[in-house]
Amino acid sequence: MKRHFALGAFLCFCFAFPSQGGEFDAARHKMVEEVSADTAATSSYSGSSALSPRVIAAMERVERHRFVPADLATVAYLNRPLPIGYGQTISQPFIVALMTNLMKVKAGDRVLEIGTGSGYQAAILAEIAGSVYSIEIIAPLGNEAGDRLSSLGYRNVQTRVGDGYYGWPEAAPFDAIIVTAATSHVPPPLLKQLKPGGRMVIPLGTQFMTQFLMLVEKKMDGSATTRQILPVRFVPLTGGH
Amino acid sequence: MPRPPFIAISLLSACVLVYEVLLTRLFSIVLWHHFAYMIISAAMLGYGASGTALTLLKEKIAPHFGAAYVLTAAALAFMMPAAFFLAQQAPFNPLELLWDKTQPAKLLTVYLLMMLPFFCGGLGIGLVFSHFGKQASRIYAFDILGAGAGSLGVIVALFIVPPSQVLTALTALALLAAAIAVVELKMQTKWLMEFLVVLAALVAVAMPAMRVHPSAYKDLSQALNIAGARVVEERSSPLGQITVVENTRVPLRDAPGMSLNATMEPPPQLGVFVDGNGPSALTRFDGNFVPLGYLDQLTSALPYHVLAAQDHAKPRVLVLGAGAGSDILQALYHGSANVDAVELDRNVTGLVRQRFRDYAGNLYARPDVHIYEAEARGFVNTSRERYDLIQVALLDSFGTASAGLYGLSENYLYTVEALQTYLSRLAPGGMLAVTRWLTLPPRDALKLFATAVTALERGGVENPGTRLAMIRGWKTVTLLVKNSDFTAPEIAAIKEFSRARSFDLAYYPEMRADEANRYNILSQPYFFEGAVALLSPQRQDFIGQYKFYIEPATDDRPHFFRFFKWNSAAELFALREQGGMPLLDWSYPLLVATLVQAFAASVLLILAPLALSRCRRTLPGAPVALYFLAIGFAFMFMEIAFIQKFVLFLSHPLYAVAVVLCAFLVFAAAGSWLADHWQGGRWQAANKVTLAVVAMGVLALLYLAIMPGLFQSLIHLPDAAKIIISVALIAPLAMCMGVPFPTAMTRLAGTSEQAIPWAWAINGFASVVGAVLATLLAIHLGFAVVILLAVLIYALACAALRGFA
Repeated sequence: MKRHFALGAFLCFCFAFPSQGGEFDAARHKMVEEVSADTAATSSYSGSSALSPRVIAAMERVERHRFVPADLATVAYLNRPLPIGYGQTISQPFIVALMTNLMKVKAGDRVLEIGTGSGYQAAILAEIAGSVYSIEIIAPLGNEAGDRLSSLGYRNVQTRVGDGYYGWPEAAPFDAIIVTAATSHVPPPLLKQLKPGGRMVIPLGTQFMTQFLMLVEKKMDGSATTRQILPVRFVPLTGGH
Repeated sequence: MPRPPFIAISLLSACVLVYEVLLTRLFSIVLWHHFAYMIISAAMLGYGASGTALTLLKEKIAPHFGAAYVLTAAALAFMMPAAFFLAQQAPFNPLELLWDKTQPAKLLTVYLLMMLPFFCGGLGIGLVFSHFGKQASRIYAFDILGAGAGSLGVIVALFIVPPSQVLTALTALALLAAAIAVVELKMQTKWLMEFLVVLAALVAVAMPAMRVHPSAYKDLSQALNIAGARVVEERSSPLGQITVVENTRVPLRDAPGMSLNATMEPPPQLGVFVDGNGPSALTRFDGNFVPLGYLDQLTSALPYHVLAAQDHAKPRVLVLGAGAGSDILQALYHGSANVDAVELDRNVTGLVRQRFRDYAGNLYARPDVHIYEAEARGFVNTSRERYDLIQVALLDSFGTASAGLYGLSENYLYTVEALQTYLSRLAPGGMLAVTRWLTLPPRDALKLFATAVTALERGGVENPGTRLAMIRGWKTVTLLVKNSDFTAPEIAAIKEFSRARSFDLAYYPEMRADEANRYNILSQPYFFEGAVALLSPQRQDFIGQYKFYIEPATDDRPHFFRFFKWNSAAELFALREQGGMPLLDWSYPLLVATLVQAFAASVLLILAPLALSRCRRTLPGAPVALYFLAIGFAFMFMEIAFIQKFVLFLSHPLYAVAVVLCAFLVFAAAGSWLADHWQGGRWQAANKVTLAVVAMGVLALLYLAIMPGLFQSLIHLPDAAKIIISVALIAPLAMCMGVPFPTAMTRLAGTSEQAIPWAWAINGFASVVGAVLATLLAIHLGFAVVILLAVLIYALACAALRGFA
C-alpha cells in the first residue's frame, strides 16, 4: 500500500503540473488550430471531413502536457508522438484527432479502448462520449493512467489492467472501439462487442510511426467492411491521378 | 634493444578485429539493422585519428615507448566494454531520428564512443611500427596474422558463447596482450606483468557478462513488458540470438492478418524472437488439426485452394524459412503429402526438434515433414525435387517492415534471380506464393509484383500477366506466380477464397476494375492499378513516376526493402505533421547522417590537428593528396562491395564481414610485402602500381562476369568449403590492392618524408568516408558499379602517382 502511495506521489510529481496549466493554454490552442487545418487539408485523402467541433473542443480541453513525462512537458504541444516509457508512445495529436473523428462518437455513446497508454486518448474520448472503458496490458502504464485520469476528474472513464483480447463483456456492446495496442489480427470478441452500425478504429504501424488507419464498420446484419485510410495528403504517383 | 612485441601485437590486432565484428552482432541485438558500415567507418576513424595523434606526439612518447605501449593495450581492454556500455546509455532511438532534433547528436555520441577502442588499438600498433621502423615488415606480418585469426576466431567464439561473454573474453585477452608486452619488451616492472595477468584472470573468471539492452521499441522488449511474459529459452550463435517467450496469462495469438470473418482464436503459442525481432509462433500441436483452422483464414492459404482446384489434393510443398513451423502446419492443415522446409539457423529448428518437441507435437520428426538446415537459395538451386508449391514464409515482423527498418539490408530471397530459381523448381502447374505485409501506399507488394514480372519475362514468358495473381487482406498481401497460365477453375477458386474471407482481389488475368477494392476499401484501387500498370508497356514510366522505389530487386541491388526516393522525401518531410513522416524510411536518412558525421569527424580528428600543427608547413602537393585520397576511397569501395556481394554466397552478413575482412587484410598485407621485396631496377613505383591496378581491373571485371554463375553453382557447398572459395577469390585481388599504399609510401620516404603524416591522414580520411559512401552508392547504383568505380579511382591514382613518382 505504501509502495502504491509512493508511486502515486511520484506520478503526480512527474506528470501533473497544476500550477503551470495556464502556461500551456496558448500552445494547446495553437496545436489544435494546426491539427484542424491539417485535417481539413487532408480530408479528401483521409476520408474524414473537417474535424467535428466536439473533437476540436475536446482537444482544446485535454491538457496533453499532463499525459507526457515531466521532462517532455515543454514539447507536449508539438504535433509529434512522444515516448511515455515501457517502449510505448503517446500518438501524434493529428492522428488522435483523426481517429477520434473517424469513430463519430456521440454524446452518451459507450466506447471501448484497447491500449490505454498514458490515458490521453481516453481523456479525449471521455470529453465526447457518455462512458469510456479502457484496458491496458502493461501494468505500470495502466495503473499510472488510471490514477491520472481519476485525479483529473474523469468520472466517466473506467480503466483496467489486463488482456484486451476479450474486450469488456460486462459493458458491451459498444458504439465505438479503438485498438491502439499491437495486434496480429482483429480479436473476434471485439468485433462481437461492437454494436451493429458501430465503428472500430485501428492504427497500424509501429511506435512513432502510424502507417495507416483501419476503420471497421459493422453493418446492421453483423458483417463488417473496412476502410484503409492513409492519414496524409499524398498520392503515390507523380502528378497524381 | 629488445625485439618488437610480436605476440602482443598479434593479440592486440586480433582483439581489435574481433571487436569490430562483435560490434556488428551487438548492434543487431540492441538496434535493428546491422550497423556494419557505421562500425567499419568508426574503426577507420579510430585508426586514422591515432595516426594523427602519433604524428603529433611521437617525440614526446618515444622515450617512454614501453610504458606507452602497455598503457594503450590496457586502455583498449578497458575501452572495449566501456565504449559499448556507454553507447548503450546514449538514448539513441533511430525511430525518432526524424522527429527529434537531438537524435543526430546521440548518433554522433555513439559513433565517437565506438571509435575510442579503435583509437587505442591503432595507437598501440602505430607505436610499435614507429619504434621498430626497420622491422616493419615482420611487425606487419604478426599484426595481420592476429587480425586474420581474430576475424575468423570470433565466428567460432560466437558459436560457443553469447556475444556479451565474447566481450568479456576480449577484455581479458587485451590485458593479457599488455602483460605479454611487458615480458617481450623486457621491462623491469615485473609486478606490472603479474598485476595484468591477475587482472586478466579476474576479468575472465569474475567479470559479469555485460547486459545487452535491446531498444525498448524492439518487439522482444515490448513482449516482455506484458504481464505474465517470461523467457523460457535463450540460444545464441553468429546467426542470431534466439529468445523464446511464453505468456500463459496473455497468450501470443499470432494469426497475421486473419480474416475479419473468422471467429476462432489461435491455439497456445510460444513467441520466438531473433535478435529481439519477431515474434514467429511456435504453435502447440497435438496432431489434431481442428485448432489450426485459423491458418486457413490467412491470405497465405490461397495457393492451397488454387491447387485444390487443379485436383492437387496432396501437393508437395517447399517452405523457404521454416522458422518455428507455422507455414509447415499450414501446409499439413491443407493436406500436403510432403513438406520440405529450409531453415538456416540450427538453433531455431533445434527448438522444435528438441527443447519444445512435445509442445510442437514432434512436428519436425513427422514422416511427411523434412527439415533442411541450409541457405534457401542454395537449397533451391541444388534441389532435384519438383514442387507443386514453393511458399516463401513471412518471417519479418509487421512493425519492423512497415517502419522501413530493413531499408539498407540486402535480401536475396526477393530478387529477380531468386524468383527465377524458384520458378525453375516447380512441377507442371505448380506455383510460387509470397506473402508480404501490406503497406500503404503500396510498396512491398508492387515491388514484388514488378520483380515477378521481370523474372517471368527473363524466363521467356511473353505474357506474364496470365501467370500472376494477387490478393490482399487488411494486413497482408499474397502474390501467386504460376509456371503456366491460370485456368478458369483456378481463377474461380481465387475469387471464392477471397470472397469468403473478405479479402480483396488485387490482380488476376483478365480482372475487371470493378472487382477490385470491395472489402478493405482504399481511396483508390492502388494495388489493381499498380499491377495493371506494371504489366503494361508503360511499366518503366509508372515505376519512374511512382513516389517510392519499386524497381525490381536484383542480386546486384538486393535492397528489396529500399523504397526511398529523394523527390518524395522532401514532400513527405514537408507533410510530417500531417501524417507524412512514417512513410519516410528512416534507415536511409540514417545512412546520410552517418556519412555527414563520418566526414565531419574525420576532418576534425584526422586532418584538422595536422593542419593546426607544425605539419601545416609540409602540406603535400595535389598529386600526393589525390593519390592517397583515391586509394583510400577505392580500397573501401572494393572491400564494402565485396562484403555485400558475398552475403549471398556465405548466407549471412556476419560471415561475409568476417571472411571478406580477413581475406582482404591478409592478402593485402601479402601484396604489400611482395611489392616491398620486388626490387627490380626498372620497376619504378609507378610501374609497380600500374601493373597492380591493371591486374586488379582485369580480376574485378572477370569476377563481375563469373561470380553470379559461380555462386549459383557452388552455393550449396558446406560453409567451410565456401569460406575457402571466398578467400581464394579475394586473395589475388587483395594482393593487388596491397601494392599502391606501401609502394607510394616508400617513394615518399625517399623524396619528401615530411609529407608522410599527411599521406596517412588523407588515406585515413578517405577510408572513414569511403566505408559509408560505398554503402550509399551500392544502394543506388548496385555492387557492380561500385566495384567498377573502385577500379576507375585506382586508375586515377595511377595517373596522380606519375605526378610525384
